[in-house]
Amino acid sequence: MARPTKEDRKISIMTKALELFSKEGFYQTTMPSIAEKIGMSVGNLYNYFTSKEMLAKDLILYIANILGDEIRKINESPISTQEKIEAIVHMYFRIAKDRPETIEYFLRVYLSNREVFQNCCEGMICVSAFVTEMMIFFEEGVRCGELRDQDFFSAFGLFMGYLGGMVFIHGENILPKPLESYEHTIAENIYYALKSR
Amino acid sequence: MPKISIMPSNPAKLRVIWLQGITCNGNTHSFLNDPSLGTLLDSIELLHHPLLPCAKTLKELVKKLPKSDILIFEGAYSPSFERAGMAMESLLMTLALKTKHIISMGSCASFGGIFKENDPEHISGIVFDKENDSGPLRDMRKKVITLSGCPAHPKWLSFVIEMIKANKPILVDEYRRPRELYAYLVHNGCLRNEYFEWKVDSDHFGTKEGCLFYAQGCQGPFTHGSCNKILWNEVSSKTRSGTPCVGCTEPTFPKRDLFTTKTYMSIPSEMPLGIPKRSYLALAGAAKSFHIKRLEERLIDDHT
Repeated sequence: MARPTKEDRKISIMTKALELFSKEGFYQTTMPSIAEKIGMSVGNLYNYFTSKEMLAKDLILYIANILGDEIRKINESPISTQEKIEAIVHMYFRIAKDRPETIEYFLRVYLSNREVFQNCCEGMICVSAFVTEMMIFFEEGVRCGELRDQDFFSAFGLFMGYLGGMVFIHGENILPKPLESYEHTIAENIYYALKSR
Repeated sequence: MPKISIMPSNPAKLRVIWLQGITCNGNTHSFLNDPSLGTLLDSIELLHHPLLPCAKTLKELVKKLPKSDILIFEGAYSPSFERAGMAMESLLMTLALKTKHIISMGSCASFGGIFKENDPEHISGIVFDKENDSGPLRDMRKKVITLSGCPAHPKWLSFVIEMIKANKPILVDEYRRPRELYAYLVHNGCLRNEYFEWKVDSDHFGTKEGCLFYAQGCQGPFTHGSCNKILWNEVSSKTRSGTPCVGCTEPTFPKRDLFTTKTYMSIPSEMPLGIPKRSYLALAGAAKSFHIKRLEERLIDDHT
């Protein structure tokens, strides 16, 4: 069996850290507790991440890249804008279901503890991989006439606020039905809200 | 005593004809602003020019149809347009066949330009008609140097004339524009590049500060020209003084809806030349979310 590369180890550390952060919150989780969960020494953990803040930043970059790559694949598919909306909603909810720690981290750590990220993640720089793909989705939708032209943030807020809100409620176990059963109506609502007259 | 053949100490001056098609005289006016105009005129034999003292009047030119070294054509081409009673179809073709070098001076002569808008079907440039190479002199294109611009910079013309004088080959792009002058983008050398970099935009003419790309339709990032390298009147350029570039050197000039930037969901519809959309947006999105205090202040504040 081949030895895992440093990159692979970094990713497995990040996955475990994500679980801890999203369950216990940013401040309750410590580097020693992360190291213990992984089964490595704290000193070795610091070889991969120089501080908890740096780890927090690398985690958000990692998640943004995952989401960005998924949306890019959808952007590059030869499907209609309406189908792309369905695909993005489906992808987002699938990740929320299969890898809940990623979206939970985003909602409950990144969005909720701005002070942690203010020095190393100003503005939107750390979620740039994801936001860029959404910009491309919107730009192409308007260019081909399927979406109404409007301010980027109005449209972005509608789309992402909606999805984030649904995942948040799901995380609180408030939704009576499984998350995926809401996909179609949500995608339809988004499409009807954004489409050109 | 053996016969010594004496070489002329001055080689024969280049014989230049300046012929006008449908024109506003803008390129002539620009040419008259060349600081080295006097020296240049001393070094050529001006067979004809519509404004400057020259060897032949227009009537004499049309009668004689002389040979020349350089034929400079200013203005748009239309086959039936007449000068001194002769239709351009034969006038231009005859003079073109009898010359060694042809310069299309300005955007009208190069691509049709402003005057093409009057009669798009019949008016064109001398080699190119917008982006198509269907002009009357297309088969002679190897003789033609394109100096598009509205107007063309006088130094661009003196550059070409000097290169011809020195018998040096001129490297050209796909529209026969000299690469030395047109490889640059108007964007290169603009004083506002830092504002472009950090996405600090200006929303009206005449400010010292701010980039003109996002809110004012500046064409600099996708227009070929050396306006911000070789300045106009040796002091400035459109973008330096606070008006956006209008893309006058390109075959698409004049575009519609100038001075505004077309956006789709707040994203510019046209990217800087050769920059992939994803790359541009990744940087622009990040830059836009920062606020750099120095760049948001006035450069010269009267109140401090």
